[in-house]
Amino acid sequence: MSALELLAFSPPGWGAVLLRGLAMSMSVAIGGYLVGLLIGIGGAFGKLYGGPMLRDLLACYTTVVRAIPELVLIVLLFYVGSDIVNQVMQFLGRPPMDINGLVAGIMVIGVVQGAYSTEVIRGAIKAIAPGMIEAARAYGMKPSLMLRRITLPAMLPHAIPGLSNLWLIATKDTALLAVIGFTELTLATRQAGGATKHYFLFFSAAGVLYLTITLLSNVLIRIIERRAYRGMPEVG
Amino acid sequence: MDSWIKPHRIVLLLLAVALVAFIATTMHWEWLPEYAGALVAGVWVTILILVSTVIVGFLLAVPLGLFQVTGPKPLALLSKCFCTLIRGTPLLLQLWLIYYGVGSLFPQVPWIRDSFLWPYLREAWPYGVMALALSFAGYEGEVMRGAFAGVPGGELEAARAYGMKPFTLLRRIWLPRAVARALPTLNGEVVLQLKATPLVATITVIDLYAVTSKVRQATYIIYEPLLLLALIYLCLTGILVATFRYFENKSPTRDG
Repeated sequence: MSALELLAFSPPGWGAVLLRGLAMSMSVAIGGYLVGLLIGIGGAFGKLYGGPMLRDLLACYTTVVRAIPELVLIVLLFYVGSDIVNQVMQFLGRPPMDINGLVAGIMVIGVVQGAYSTEVIRGAIKAIAPGMIEAARAYGMKPSLMLRRITLPAMLPHAIPGLSNLWLIATKDTALLAVIGFTELTLATRQAGGATKHYFLFFSAAGVLYLTITLLSNVLIRIIERRAYRGMPEVG
Repeated sequence: MDSWIKPHRIVLLLLAVALVAFIATTMHWEWLPEYAGALVAGVWVTILILVSTVIVGFLLAVPLGLFQVTGPKPLALLSKCFCTLIRGTPLLLQLWLIYYGVGSLFPQVPWIRDSFLWPYLREAWPYGVMALALSFAGYEGEVMRGAFAGVPGGELEAARAYGMKPFTLLRRIWLPRAVARALPTLNGEVVLQLKATPLVATITVIDLYAVTSKVRQATYIIYEPLLLLALIYLCLTGILVATFRYFENKSPTRDG
């Protein structure tokens, strides 16, 4: 079969399989990134304003997660996560259930991303001029309102370079889920290659897909940056 | 500065000690003596892969960075494309492309099968080293580009005014100054490279990660080998970071 026939969308070709894998990869990347952002915002606030106990525990979380290879973390969290769920099910007297690969992938990527976003967001919040927060307090804003109106919008320009970098890492980290048998783009590609023995063709095609995502993300990031930095002095 | 030891830290330490004691006494560790030798060998393979790929990758990164700053246009473009390609795709995909893809093309070429390289090309580790070295080169090429571009022009002009030939200038002034500027970033990237090494286990290289996978398959024990694995990587990262911090504090060149 020619390269075009192999990459065709209808069944003898594997195009549809690859694109389905890409969709899976992107769902996990987006979900994991958002979970990571939530953990990051919570973690950053805990690190900045939390009690001494919470601060130390969060320091342990970010240090440990950032020091252990993502592959090891993903395998470990996958087993621990599915084990905990099944223990809970057993405790509730229900039969053990199969863990949805998508949900497991999102949670695992989210926990890993959370450690990195915590650091990025913490740095960004610390870069806000203290006068802004003092002014908000002086107006008598409640903490939740201050978070929504002042802290989050004011920290965003400082956080964008780090957060956009994390998004690019998230898209690439999804490939590691292939190792725990989740059929995202990289594993789908390997299956296509294994079935047809055209490894080189399929891995190159998958590489083009990943590269497209990265380049599109870069364009999007530049647009967001231009919007976030409007009215700010040019740096560099 | 106030003391590191505070009441809540003592509580946390006691909790940590209790957790470690719980893990050590109630979980299954009887496999440990049997596999201790394999584990040490695995750590050795991991370190070997890390050191070799960092060295090869850095040697590739220097021209990649330099071409992008000074280069003849085509070489600059080529280097930029290479860096974008490496940084835009997952390492696992690159590794599998090289191992399964390139590896499956080699046997079809007769002169490669006859060459002295063939015994090596039939094994997995050259592909792992190649993929990791290329990946390191791609990321570091970008770092070195910034470092080369950031060396103050006056220093290069001074060297030229002394009549230094281009290569002498590179060797004596440009490269050392660029490396000194990039060193903190490079140190961080070496830690990232350590965290990338377990991927070679997916192409049957028996590194530390592969050894613990083998333990899991042979004994049906899941958590203990993974916990030990995490602990060993934690220690390796800690040693790397501490070493780099020691050298960074010693190095006299510091510019902002």
